[in-house]
Amino acid sequence: MKEFSYVIKDPVGLHARPAGLLVKKAGEFTSSITVESGGKSAEAKKLIKLMGLGIKQGAEVVCRIEGEDEDAAHEALAKFFEENL
Amino acid sequence: MERYTGKSVMKGIAIGRVYLYQKVDIQVTDQKVPDPAAEKERFLAAVEQAKEQLTRLYDEAMVNVGEDHAAIFDVHKMLLEDEDYLDTAAGEIEEGYNAVYAVDCAGTQFAELFAAMDDEYMRGRAADIRDISRRVIRILLDLPEEEIRSEEPVILVADDLTPSETVKLDKTKILGFVTVKGSANSHTAILARSMNLPALVTVNIDLSDELHGKTCVVDGFEGEFLVEPEEEILSEKVVRKNQWVADLEALEKLKGQDNVTKSGKRIDIFANIGNVEDAEAACAADAGGIGLFRSEFLYLGRETFPSEEEQYKSYRAVLEKMEGKKVVIRTMDIGADKKVDYFGLEPEENPALGYRAIRICLDREEIFITQLRALYRASAHGKLAIMFPMIISVDEVQRIRQIVEMVKEELTKEGYPLGEPEIGIMIETPAAALISDRLAKEVDFFSIGTNDLTQYTLAVDRQNQKLEGICDIHHEALLRLIEMTVKNAHEAGIWAGICGELGADTELTEWFLKIGVDELSVAASAVLRVRGAVRALP
Repeated sequence: MKEFSYVIKDPVGLHARPAGLLVKKAGEFTSSITVESGGKSAEAKKLIKLMGLGIKQGAEVVCRIEGEDEDAAHEALAKFFEENL
Repeated sequence: MERYTGKSVMKGIAIGRVYLYQKVDIQVTDQKVPDPAAEKERFLAAVEQAKEQLTRLYDEAMVNVGEDHAAIFDVHKMLLEDEDYLDTAAGEIEEGYNAVYAVDCAGTQFAELFAAMDDEYMRGRAADIRDISRRVIRILLDLPEEEIRSEEPVILVADDLTPSETVKLDKTKILGFVTVKGSANSHTAILARSMNLPALVTVNIDLSDELHGKTCVVDGFEGEFLVEPEEEILSEKVVRKNQWVADLEALEKLKGQDNVTKSGKRIDIFANIGNVEDAEAACAADAGGIGLFRSEFLYLGRETFPSEEEQYKSYRAVLEKMEGKKVVIRTMDIGADKKVDYFGLEPEENPALGYRAIRICLDREEIFITQLRALYRASAHGKLAIMFPMIISVDEVQRIRQIVEMVKEELTKEGYPLGEPEIGIMIETPAAALISDRLAKEVDFFSIGTNDLTQYTLAVDRQNQKLEGICDIHHEALLRLIEMTVKNAHEAGIWAGICGELGADTELTEWFLKIGVDELSVAASAVLRVRGAVRALP
């Protein structure tokens, strides 16, 4: 299993647009991917659940990846957060 | 006449006929279907068709209203791909219910989930869920898309407008908006602002059919909606409206013009901003640059210090937005009167004269260094100037210079490309104004903060209403300090600007030009007005 944490910098938090892009990115991998924040977690491939976490600027998120392509997914998602959030 | 009040989300006045935008009332029944498998196929086909519509709407909106507004359709398409949403609806169908009922259930369930969130932005997303559900239901029932059918421009009155309705409306047919629901962050509000149309939300009005076609007034200045006003009131509103339109047109004509008097004297007019989004308004108002970017927003309303990376991104965003125009960023002006618990500041008897701004920065250098590192890293991406608040002595400036040099050296060693930002100070204490001849030798520019300079010079608290009578904002002492500061700046070969409220005071514009002020930094909404005042001078 791979895991990384990230602090959201985007002023509006994990809003609809980047959340949708994250779902698309996560969908490129077969691994199971979860995003956890503030004691709640959601699958990164499910947009509504992901938005339901209500992640705001300054919040710390932990992303966990488990599966065959976890290394590639880890790298791609870490990059995605850095560039988009 | 009937008078209603609401929250104004865009100022202005519109007079016209009510167009009651009522949605077709869709009857949903929990009737069962004989063949759930076929019903599920029908549902999935409707979802596909909805997604095709959304792709088309996205492309159209990109051309008509731009990426910012078009993005909503892309989000809707992604919501329609959400597994949980689709599974919920499909689950109802497998139970034997009809597809319309199933979509309605899923829509209601997920909309409630968003409506219950504690974040205003996320609560607003409930409208998006209802919107996509309605789109699928319309396809299932073979109903046409809703549109305005009117020859003349109208005032749109609705319960609420869905995001896709808002984007799709024929903008040439709308004079103003009135909604029963909605908020300052709703799509209607955002669109109204981008179109410069008066709009009221949360107007408590009964949407009965007889409202349709009645003459009405939307007054975004007063936050009122008048239905069938009396002749006298109507003509009053017409006068105000004409005045408003004339003002707007006059200001619009000033865009792209130089800030120059008839005799050829010119001055820079910049905008004051408080966050990254404000830079948009500054550009729209044709500001020549940013004369004061208050960096406090990065520190307020949170629980930990903003990181270097976070600050860097914000500064860089504004510099890039301004495309090479000058951006003066003021280092943080936090003090005991502003609530930031994580600073651990003690309550003070007299916060205005207390532990604040540069005094904190020079005492707790780690906070200062983080901000300076972020600023210098951002300096590679535009024309940055850095300004320090609450200065009272030459020693402070020299100490700041030492820290700045240290930060620059560190960053260069770490391999960051750096720009060459100008270094300036706020002149907002009488002390700084009185020794401005000496301070001018240490810096590249002065920016006179007239709000604090007024209160410190006159020993008058501007928030205290009892003192209003003696708070003379044109007091001779204040004007002498300003004139002296500008003169000392010029003698040392540096520029001087004004960044307090006085900068937008057009009674003083002529005087500012006479004493040679180089730049006025005012609220974005005042930029064109001040430009007009400059151009009217001999």
